[in-house]
Amino acid sequence: MPTEKQLSVSDNEVLIELKKINKWYGGFHALKNVDLTVRKGERIVLCGPSGSGKSTLIRCINHLEEIKDGSIRVAGQEIDKAAKSIETVRREVGMVFQSFNLFPHLKIIDNCTLALRRVKGIPRLEAEEFARKYLDRVHILEQADKYPAQLSGGQQQRVAIARALCMEPKVMLFDEPTSALDPEMVKEVLDTMIGLAEDGMTMICVTHEMGFARQVGHRILFMADGEILEETTPEAFFKNPQHDRAKAFLGEILAHH
Amino acid sequence: MFLWPKQGISLNKLNYSIVIERWEDLLNGVLFTLALSAAGIFLALVIGVVGVAMHRSGSGMLRVPVVMFVELIRNTPFLVQIFFLFFALPLVGIRLGPTVTAIIALAINGGAYSIEIIRGGVDSIPRGQIEAGAALGLSRRQIFGDIILIPALRAVYPALSSQFILLTLTSSVCSSISANELTHVAQRIESETFRSFEVYFTITGLYLLISWLIMAALSTLGNRHFSYPNQ
Repeated sequence: MPTEKQLSVSDNEVLIELKKINKWYGGFHALKNVDLTVRKGERIVLCGPSGSGKSTLIRCINHLEEIKDGSIRVAGQEIDKAAKSIETVRREVGMVFQSFNLFPHLKIIDNCTLALRRVKGIPRLEAEEFARKYLDRVHILEQADKYPAQLSGGQQQRVAIARALCMEPKVMLFDEPTSALDPEMVKEVLDTMIGLAEDGMTMICVTHEMGFARQVGHRILFMADGEILEETTPEAFFKNPQHDRAKAFLGEILAHH
Repeated sequence: MFLWPKQGISLNKLNYSIVIERWEDLLNGVLFTLALSAAGIFLALVIGVVGVAMHRSGSGMLRVPVVMFVELIRNTPFLVQIFFLFFALPLVGIRLGPTVTAIIALAINGGAYSIEIIRGGVDSIPRGQIEAGAALGLSRRQIFGDIILIPALRAVYPALSSQFILLTLTSSVCSSISANELTHVAQRIESETFRSFEVYFTITGLYLLISWLIMAALSTLGNRHFSYPNQ
């Protein structure tokens, strides 16, 4: 049964459509016939044991990983081999990584303006104005003139979120954004993500933060061995997981919380 | 039984007045060597960066010539390279003066080594940096220029600096094509005065000074461009 949260987005346009995605690493079948449709405003949580293919899956969406076969369509643009289509898709998709990946030689403000200037051709002053707006949004504006190494992990991750937001993406991908953080910094990053969710951002999050999943997720996808084994609402998933692998996984995760 | 040679150096007979008399020539030699080295270092860095960019462009058409260039230069003597440029090129109509030839030879030689060193620096950049750039929509070229290059150069800057000091010292080989640098000046003074010890002792000190100057300049440049805090 669709919940209220889900009904609110069920009529929205489709932003991401993955069809029959297959990927191999050598002989290892990393993704097996994965289908996924994401509508505007939808928030999806991907979870599953390590090596299940969840990171690989979201990295296929902006072509950080090449797929063997299947089709990927993002905001109406089909990804093919042409660099043009990849660049078009990447403009629409923001990504936040586990290890932040800020550019160490650039000040925080320049981390945020780099792509605005290089990819969108926005003049520096205008780009900085833009960047300040998003740094303010993640409550880190006062650090604008520092270098990444001078910030804590949580602050760096918030900058990474601001950097992605500067490009005004239609979709945000989060690849275990809190896994590399010290426990006391997890909350500030999750709060930032919840704030984004409240503003209606379309999000796909690979995370083991089940509180977050429950609070903001429209749908939760459980992956194991390169397949989506379960796809349901967070409520249903936590209360009544269907698949044995999902039950085992939840047992493991919740034992630690 | 070991005998001291009769014609050995006797320290109380050394005469440095000859060196002092020719101070202007020596100063010019020092300045020439400094200029030659600075030009060589600058061009070697350019060749290094462009070479690495070509090497990792993903196109075999660009990569193969770089690999061949590096192999050729690193496996042949500098003296032969500079003779080739100076004596062989005029046969195909390219006529360069000794100064220009010296600069080109130093740039090419230093460039080949720089390519290898900078390549190591590029390889040390974490994959995540490149992916972050790609995810933001930057092109391959922009990722190289804006994201990889500075941290890569910083990672290998000490190695690069010592290569450039080596280039500076190698500039003395350019005396063989009569480029007017310090060693050539010294050879001239020596042939006119026969005061070998005094002359070469003096320029040894001058080369030490030149190396220190170049090192100081490289440190200043490094501090200016690579001073961001460590992760």
